[in-house]
Amino acid sequence: MALLQISEPGLSAAPHQHRLAVGIDLGTTNSLVATVRNGISVVLNDADGHALLPSVVRYLADGSVQVGQAAQAMQSEDPVNTIISAKRFMGRGLRDIGDTLSMPYRFVDAPGMLQLRTVAGVKSPVEVSAEILKVLRARAEESLGGELTGAVITVPAYFDDAQRQATKDAAKLAGLNVLRLLNEPTAAAIAYGLDNAAEGVYAVYDLGGGTFDISILKLSKGVFEVLATNGNSALGGDDFDHRIYCWLLEKNNLSALDAQDTRMLLTRARAAKEELTDHAEAHFTAILGGGETINSTLTRHDFHAMSQNLISNTLQPVRRALRDAGLKVEDIKGVVMVGGSTRMPEVQRAVAEFFGQTPLTNLDPDKVVALGAAIQANVLAGNRSADDWLLLDVIPLSLGIETMGGLCEKIIPRNSTIPTARAQEFTTYKDGQTAMSIHVVQGERELVSDCRSLAKFELRGIPPMVAGSARIRVTFQVDADGLLSVSAREMGSGVEARIAVKPSYGLSDADITRMLQDSNQYARDDMQARALREQQVEAQQLLEAVQHALEQDGDTLLNEAGRARIRGAMERLQSVLQTADHFTIKREAAKLNEATMSFAQARMDKSVSQALGGKKLSDLEM
Amino acid sequence: MQSAVPDLQQNFFQLFELPEHFRQDSARLDQQYHALQTQVHPDKFSHLAEPERRLSMQWATRVNEGYQILRSPIARARYLLALRGVDTQEETNTAMPMDFLMAQMEWREAIEDARQSGDIGALDKLDARLKHETRTLQDLLAVKIDDEQGYAAAAEAVRKLKFLEKLAEEIASAFDEIDG
Repeated sequence: MALLQISEPGLSAAPHQHRLAVGIDLGTTNSLVATVRNGISVVLNDADGHALLPSVVRYLADGSVQVGQAAQAMQSEDPVNTIISAKRFMGRGLRDIGDTLSMPYRFVDAPGMLQLRTVAGVKSPVEVSAEILKVLRARAEESLGGELTGAVITVPAYFDDAQRQATKDAAKLAGLNVLRLLNEPTAAAIAYGLDNAAEGVYAVYDLGGGTFDISILKLSKGVFEVLATNGNSALGGDDFDHRIYCWLLEKNNLSALDAQDTRMLLTRARAAKEELTDHAEAHFTAILGGGETINSTLTRHDFHAMSQNLISNTLQPVRRALRDAGLKVEDIKGVVMVGGSTRMPEVQRAVAEFFGQTPLTNLDPDKVVALGAAIQANVLAGNRSADDWLLLDVIPLSLGIETMGGLCEKIIPRNSTIPTARAQEFTTYKDGQTAMSIHVVQGERELVSDCRSLAKFELRGIPPMVAGSARIRVTFQVDADGLLSVSAREMGSGVEARIAVKPSYGLSDADITRMLQDSNQYARDDMQARALREQQVEAQQLLEAVQHALEQDGDTLLNEAGRARIRGAMERLQSVLQTADHFTIKREAAKLNEATMSFAQARMDKSVSQALGGKKLSDLEM
Repeated sequence: MQSAVPDLQQNFFQLFELPEHFRQDSARLDQQYHALQTQVHPDKFSHLAEPERRLSMQWATRVNEGYQILRSPIARARYLLALRGVDTQEETNTAMPMDFLMAQMEWREAIEDARQSGDIGALDKLDARLKHETRTLQDLLAVKIDDEQGYAAAAEAVRKLKFLEKLAEEIASAFDEIDG
């Protein structure tokens, strides 16, 4: 059987060509992009040789945007329009953010996620993050000399559905194909575990600029299994800076500073914190906008005293995670430190004391997450055989629904290995009731009001019946990214009830389309061209995959009629690839997918039975 | 929430190629689980087409469900009994021996006392005792299900284990509360 010839410029010229994939650490303070090159995971530097991109975005009046060092240099001068630590606002409403007074931004209270009023208009944290991702994407494509197939983007393990969805939306806005949302401690564990051929139970203590995660993983013979994860998505290095800032105000009898002075002092506070890692004292000299002078010295001792309770706040999730995993401190073989904030000597001391061992710091805490993400991206893009290792991660927070009296009934418990699904049956309480409302929440608390509201579903089209006889099965599915999707079915009649999903947070598809259109980079024409390119690339990959499948199993699992049917569909798709619009390509691709459906099932059966080495019984009913 | 009625065409023991017993070799179970997920996990299908990715999701979800049931003694017992047509009646049968119920009350009081006085040491001790009692009941289940096929007694043991499971949850939430 002849190999299909693919010869269009810009599309993959040969099957199984190395696909360009990257790992991106979208951090609170700094962001990085890494890739696997010649079998080694490396961080990609910018033109000046810098690996770290400060997660700072500045909006200018003419609509242009500065990202990174250039923006950071202006943060004290233009604090209102220079957004730092936008990650802390992703998927959060205004009432989630504690002390907004010491932040110089002009917040807009919007449903679901707060917004920021800048000189270039109102911006969502999603848009701010997208600007950072665009820079990293450009850096990667420049460095690798081609368009990216996709990216693995890391998120704190303790990010909930709203925060994860916001991250995915930011990637979409930046034109990135998200291969996976990967939990940061897991990414670090991959980098560490593969680097050291580690086996045993490890804890990853990840203290970043704005988030804290603790994950407990079992590493064994190429399997990375998360046993439990916990954390605080509103606790990080920024909070240590804030303590110093408050101390400065108190020491110098200051109050109610303007935006510029606030930002300037916070920046100095961070510098002092970093200085105290290597020096016993840090000195502050500054002149405020109103002429007041500051001349203070902070000792390491005083800094330790003021940061004690922040550090002990990190140990509480650690104890919880250990309990959830059914483990004691003695069971932990090693503790991996991740995140710039773990450089603080007091943090290292507290962790060493808690675990009764010296934490492992041999990998650069700033880079280890991006490096691990790149390793995973390489696998997910299809570049290497994934037989080497397996990643089993968990959902960090329980998912539930609102029941009578504003209580939360847990449907999927925290630390369930993903992907996972649960079904719950509901019924009607009134005769003839044809609609039902379901409120999905996330969190560990008893009251719905203390949990994160994810979405409200309205199931419509329930056949009218006597109260209590309808059996509506609602299925909650959590995918490998930790994102939830919901489907429903009335069991008696088999009717798939129509679901209108109103996300309680975040952006609708319409919002994203609008943002894409507003953005200078994507004119309407570009969008069409882009849609076509994406469809062509996907169709190309589909053809390659089917070709490969036919070569492997076409003779054993199909008869001649089956093979002919598939080949026919492949030829039709191939023929429209160059000439048609993206709808036609999409339609022919869908037909090819349909034609290969039962072949795919048979291949799956075969691979499962080969895994166990035994005979397969009749088809699993799905 | 009761787990789904097992699919009679292929149950989880068959899927994992393990004998249909209560007693299981946990290392073997883990090995089978890893072997299965290595084949079906979504990470292996990320670069492939939609039908394969959807199949992978369904399989990986089912394998995770099977693993959760088979590795938990109470869930495994419940599942085995269901396969033999025996309903453990955890929701409906509340008649328990008087001495068992009295012991439950004592447990509850002890946990409440420890919680109120913030006594981690006492909670640790209660936790250890509860684990011991749980293991004793699990040993009984092995005998009843595997050796004697005494399913009524096994169902009662599962109902008792359910009570102990609730006590374990109370201890866990007491720990959480004392911890801040």
